[in-house]
Amino acid sequence: MANTLFEKIWQSHVIENLDDGAGLIYIDRVFLHERTGSIALKSLEADNRKVVSPEQVFCTMDHIVDTFPGRTDKTTMPSGEDFIIATREASHNAGINLFDVNDPLQGIVHVISPELGIVQPGATLVCPDSHTCSQGALGALAWGIGSSEAEHALATKTLRVTKPKNMKVEFYGKLSFGVTAKDMILHLIGEYSAAGGAGYMVEFCGEAVENLEIEARLTLCNMAVEFSAFSGIIAPDQKAIEYLAGRKYAPKGENWNKAVKYWQSLFTDTDAVFDKVIRIDCQKIYPTITWGNSPQHTCAINSVVPTPDDNCDENQLKTLNKAMQYMDVSVGTKLTELSIDGAFIGSCTNSRISDLRLAAQLLKGKKVASGVKAICVPGSTSVKKQAEEEGLDKIFIAAGFEWRESGCSMCFNAGGESFGFQHRVVTTTNRNFESRQGPQTRSHLASPVTVAASAIAGRIADPREYI
Amino acid sequence: MDKFIQHQGVAAPMLQSNIDTDAIIPSREMKRVSKDGLGEGLFAGWRYTLPGGRELTTDFILNKAEYANTTILLAGDNFGCGSSREHAVWALKEYGVKVVIASGFGTIFYNNCIRNGILPVQLSYETIVGLAEQVQAQPQENQLAVNLQETWIEAPSGERFTFDIEPERKTMLIEGLDVIDVTLKLTDKIKHFQQNYQLTYPWLN
Ligand code: SF4
Repeated sequence: MANTLFEKIWQSHVIENLDDGAGLIYIDRVFLHERTGSIALKSLEADNRKVVSPEQVFCTMDHIVDTFPGRTDKTTMPSGEDFIIATREASHNAGINLFDVNDPLQGIVHVISPELGIVQPGATLVCPDSHTCSQGALGALAWGIGSSEAEHALATKTLRVTKPKNMKVEFYGKLSFGVTAKDMILHLIGEYSAAGGAGYMVEFCGEAVENLEIEARLTLCNMAVEFSAFSGIIAPDQKAIEYLAGRKYAPKGENWNKAVKYWQSLFTDTDAVFDKVIRIDCQKIYPTITWGNSPQHTCAINSVVPTPDDNCDENQLKTLNKAMQYMDVSVGTKLTELSIDGAFIGSCTNSRISDLRLAAQLLKGKKVASGVKAICVPGSTSVKKQAEEEGLDKIFIAAGFEWRESGCSMCFNAGGESFGFQHRVVTTTNRNFESRQGPQTRSHLASPVTVAASAIAGRIADPREYI
Repeated sequence: MDKFIQHQGVAAPMLQSNIDTDAIIPSREMKRVSKDGLGEGLFAGWRYTLPGGRELTTDFILNKAEYANTTILLAGDNFGCGSSREHAVWALKEYGVKVVIASGFGTIFYNNCIRNGILPVQLSYETIVGLAEQVQAQPQENQLAVNLQETWIEAPSGERFTFDIEPERKTMLIEGLDVIDVTLKLTDKIKHFQQNYQLTYPWLN
């Protein structure tokens, strides 16, 4: 029978079919971080339960840890140190792999998992973190769960999962100049809404996706959750195989050959049927930015805050008005006329070496506008090291960016460091929710080039004018 | 876990779509490595005048006297989207919320509800707007009744709306089962599966 890629992976992991399409699914890898993993591990301990396969469980310190140079366990987040210490203790007790604060392998979970070859095509990987969907870029079935579900996965090596439906999102044609994977996903969500993927496993495909490098594919899949999808996935191709070769936890020797042979069978059969298909003409994608508090509040960089659709009901209008008020924009506001207070390059969406290279290219020899707090936070300690070897750090610093240690940093605010009250920030992160980057901050999501261009301009800027 | 069979209570309409888990509980309110002590942080950004403060705003629905003792939320589309933080559910639970009725849910949030004994009910947006209108007139008197056994919601008018929930999840809630225990009963099956699996995919071990 013709199957989708997702269907193939699902079938190879079903232990038992439970009621109504839910399945008891075998879990290959669990990833944890100090924000939510600490609670799962401690609660497991309290219930006298054991982690059944500790060697296949990984944990990193990324969310709470400071990103200032010379960091220790102490953090600006109130009580943050407790989370770090609790995670370290619980990880040691459980015997799992820990990438601790100053470990050279430390980094944001969704950056280091691919980087270390922990996520692999055809495998199931879960993490109590919604952006686990990023890792589908390598052809894995990877999705975010809650802490209780993480306990379940740790204690049983399985999860009870309601089977999502299949959606294909095909990006056809070629991307235009200045358009990146970030713009592709923002465009998709803007067109089909932040709930557009609800109930679906989304396979991204098409010429433009094939042309993306693995790191850009990670960006694309990263925001599958902002589309409300169960997760995103991309069929592993030669690029994925080459990407994984030689990575620390990737298969070695004879196992590598076996694995590759299997990975090459992981694609959607030509006559497989999807429950829903979306086709996107890449020629219609422009550098994209959000104007509101939902990732669906997008517009092309050189356009204006759009007029609400005629078919919006009263509550939807209220939501839109509230977002405009919060963001201090109104219908017709031209985005490129908004001056900014902050520029942030980082997060599991856009903090890989390729993102930093793109931004640095644009920043070279230029200066961040005065009054703009600009920060670059590499996604992992190895990305940071690589960037320093290439001299990118010097470019960022010379331009006026702060150069940080790796971590989630100001992607989210936990009461510690933040952008200022009502400050307008152009950011490569994935969430523009109210107060996400600090109390009352106004976050505009965009690609690294758009953020770099805006930092220089001191206002939201079209990257095509600066590249 | 507490059993959920039926419930009646005050319902508060919060009908805007995409209420995310950052709004349900801001990260700065997740102060301890614990599932407890989160109720105070529920909707903190809307409920209090200042970040980290505890002075109540006047316009937030749950702060209004007529919505005292709210146990049911009426929401729009994609409620609980965003971050996977289970703290959102722990905060709702501690606050006293037993049922969330929405026209759509974030998947992770939905599962987190089931795992913690909160009933998530999906109804059409029109139905929810209808319920909200009835409730709003007199929230304390016009309560909603929920019966999970028979899967219906009863409006103040007496009209009943049935909803769908997977049998397995229904059982989990009604019997207040610890799902890990339920799965551990299948340990032999899991082990058997694992043996074959490890032979087929040796590189994943
Ligand atoms: S970088 Fe941001 S979105 Fe990504 S895992 Fe960290 S906090 Fe979450």
